[in-house]
Formats: sequence, C-alpha cells, structure tokens
Amino acid sequence: MNPFLIWLNSFGSPEKFHRVALRFEPWLLALAVILGATALYLGLVKAPADYLQGESARIMYIHIPAAWMSLFIYGFMAAAGFCALVWHFKVAELMAMAAAPIGAGFTAVTLVTGSLWGRPTWGTYWVWDARLTSELVLLFLYFGVIGLYNAIEDQRKGARAASLLALIGLINLPVIHFSVNWWNTLHQGNSINLFAGKSSIHPSMLWPLILMAFATKFWFGASLLARTRAALLEFEAGKEWAQTALFGPRRPLA
Amino acid sequence: MRKGSVLSAFFGVIRRDALSLWRRRADALNPIWFAAIVITLFPLALGPEAAKLARIAGGVIWVIVLLASLLSLDALFRADLEEGSLDVMLTSAQPLAVLAGAKILLHWIATGLPLLAITPLAATALGLSPRALPVLLTSLALGTPIISVIGACAAALTAGLRRAGMLLSLIVLPLVVPVLIFGAGAVEASLTGTSTTQPLLLLAAGLAAAVSLGPLVCAAALRLGNH
Repeated sequence: MNPFLIWLNSFGSPEKFHRVALRFEPWLLALAVILGATALYLGLVKAPADYLQGESARIMYIHIPAAWMSLFIYGFMAAAGFCALVWHFKVAELMAMAAAPIGAGFTAVTLVTGSLWGRPTWGTYWVWDARLTSELVLLFLYFGVIGLYNAIEDQRKGARAASLLALIGLINLPVIHFSVNWWNTLHQGNSINLFAGKSSIHPSMLWPLILMAFATKFWFGASLLARTRAALLEFEAGKEWAQTALFGPRRPLA
Repeated sequence: MRKGSVLSAFFGVIRRDALSLWRRRADALNPIWFAAIVITLFPLALGPEAAKLARIAGGVIWVIVLLASLLSLDALFRADLEEGSLDVMLTSAQPLAVLAGAKILLHWIATGLPLLAITPLAATALGLSPRALPVLLTSLALGTPIISVIGACAAALTAGLRRAGMLLSLIVLPLVVPVLIFGAGAVEASLTGTSTTQPLLLLAAGLAAAVSLGPLVCAAALRLGNH
C-alpha cells in the first residue's frame, strides 16, 4: 500500500483521530472567526447596497453561504456514510452522524434568513417556490437521517443504516440544485459562477460571499471535529486512551 | 440439497407473498378504502365547486396515492422478521436482491396496481378533464413502482424498530418528492396544454434507475438491520 493511504488509514484509529482533531480544532475555529468577521465587515459595512433591493440584500452574505453549506454538508455526510458502509470505519460512521445536525442547522439558517429576506422583498415570508420547497425537503431529509440514527439502539448499526439513508437521499440533491433552472418560479437564478468566470455580481459583493463561504467551511470543519471527538469519547469511554484523554495519564496508586 | 434456480426463488417469494396476501384480502384492501375515503373528503372540505375540483384533481390523486402506498409499507418486512422467514432469506443461497425485488414487485401489485385501477373512477368523480386522464394514468404507472422501491428500502431500514410508523413517513416522503413533482407536473402540463414529454421521461428514467438499483439497495438495507 502506498504511504499516503497508510497515513490516511491511520486516522481510522480513534486515538490518533482524537489527538489530531484536538490539534486542528482551534486553528479551524480561529480561521472561521477571522474570515467570518472580515466577511461580515466587508459585506455589511463596505459593500454597496443593492441597487434594486437596497439594504435588505445584505442578508445574502449569510443566506447564500449557509445554502451552499446545506448542500455541501449533505454531500459530505453521504461520502462519509459511503466510507462507513464500505469499510466499516468507526470514525467515518461517527463523522457522518456528527455532520447531520450541523447540516440541518445550516439548512434551517438558510430557510429562516431566506424567509426574513422574502418579507420586505417579495412581500411574503413563504412561497411554495421550487428552491424554497426543495430546501425544506432537504431539512426533512436531514431529520430523517438523524431520526433513524437515534431510533436504532445499537449505535454502530444505527449509524450505518442512517448512512445508507443519506446515500439514497443523494438523488434529491440534483433536484434541489437544478430547481431554479427547471421551474421558472420566484427565486432568482444563479448569478455566481466561479469557474466559468462570468459572475453577474460586482466584485465588492462577491468577495464577502467567498470569504464567508470559506469561513463556514472552516467552522464546519472545527465543529465536525469537535462533535466527532465527543462522540468517540462517549463511545469508547471505557477504553484506556479515552480515560487518558479525559483525565490525563493514569498515575500509579500511592 | 438441490439449490434451485434464481428464477424459481423469485417466483417462490412472489407465490408465498401472494398467497398470504390472498388469505388476508380484507387487510389488503385497506389502501383502497383509505384512498376512496380521502378523495370524498376533498369535495367536503373545499366545497363541491366543479371547476375548482377539476383543477386540483391530478395533484390530489397523486398525494392520496402516495399516502395510501405508505400504509402497507410498515408490514412489508416486519412480518417476515417476526416469524423468522427474513433470516431464511438472509442466509439463502439465492441473491438477496432478487428476493427483495420479488417482495417489492408484489408490494406494487398489491397497492400500486389497485390504486391505479380506481384512479379513472376517482378522476371522473373529481371532474378531471378526460384529456388529462391518460397522462395521469401514465404518470402513476411510472411513479408508483418508484414509490414501492423507495418505500421498501425505508421499510428494510426500519424493520427492526418497534415503532417505525412515524419515522417511516419521515424517511419516505422527502425521498419521493421528486416523483410527486414530476407526476403531478405532467398532469398539470396536460391541463395547461404544454408538453408532457419532459416530466414523463424523467419519471421513466427514475423508474429505470429504481428498478435496476432499488433491489440492491433494499438488500443492503436488510443486511444492515439484521446481522
């Protein structure tokens, strides 16, 4: 096996994962806070108000990155679930399950901010628009995964069952993504196109968005590591390494 | 012991399930009663105005079919699990996916097909335009097997749980939303005179994917719950 794969595989060991996660968490968190604060400053103070929607458009600096994360985390959860199903990695199982509530949180933030923005702009908190509805369905998908995980008593069995469900739910992601193009409803189409290089949005508004997208990614990373670590400690509480991690090295009895 | 062919195992499961279905045929009709009752509720709740009912008939029938299919899902693997025949299936020399496929097929024959059969009656009662009826029937014929496949996967995941009813709906309904959108969308398109080809083709594509992958996923779900 090549050295990279061996190195990668070593993260399957709960003890090593715990050690590495503990080292990365503060850095990820710090990056998330710094980038997020910068993005908020640039977006809420520096960037101009939208010519059409005025100040209310500024909510997009939270709304859009959260919407990206809601899809990204679902993809991540399914990928981790795939690893859990194929290779039975305990860490992958716990990671997939740790990601689910974070993803549900971002989905909820997306729905709430979108609804708050809709009131002054569209004149209503909620419309049965394709994007909104499919985002709501995504929230239900997350709930289904979390619900199934919690309903099955055997934790590892539950994680794998929920992982399979997450994989089945992947069929809905393209529907959500293309909903804006497939149905011409109220929600505006995509105006950001990083790779084709033709975004119909001014750079002063694009930069806060990109920074915020990175901030949310780092925040997800830190939060995921922390949640997975906590779940690992709980799951392996009886093991020596967990005792050492929690209470320090065991001293000989005096 | 003679191993028997895959095909004989497939038809063996179908014959056994069909027989047990026939022996409790009163229960098997439950989804039909449910659909009939819910359809009569709509004119009572919304008023008997014919134009309004005709307008929503397609979507109403789609939602009812979806909910009625949910009713029989919970029992799909639970009975087998409780009496032990699921263990026999799991340890069988035949591919589990084939056996799961047989059970899914029978679930569709027992729920999807009867619902399809009463649809013309329901559509007429609600005053759906006769022009849209073939589209409604086609969309249901393509969509209900997908519902059976997705439902069976969810039922397999929850078979070991004591109370799975609520969780089952939470799992199944978001997953079948695309089916509902395209199915009801096709009927809507035929009412407004636009092309129904696109939604129906998407449903057909979904059906092809569900039939080819579904039994495999269902088998994997059964293994997850029971080893």
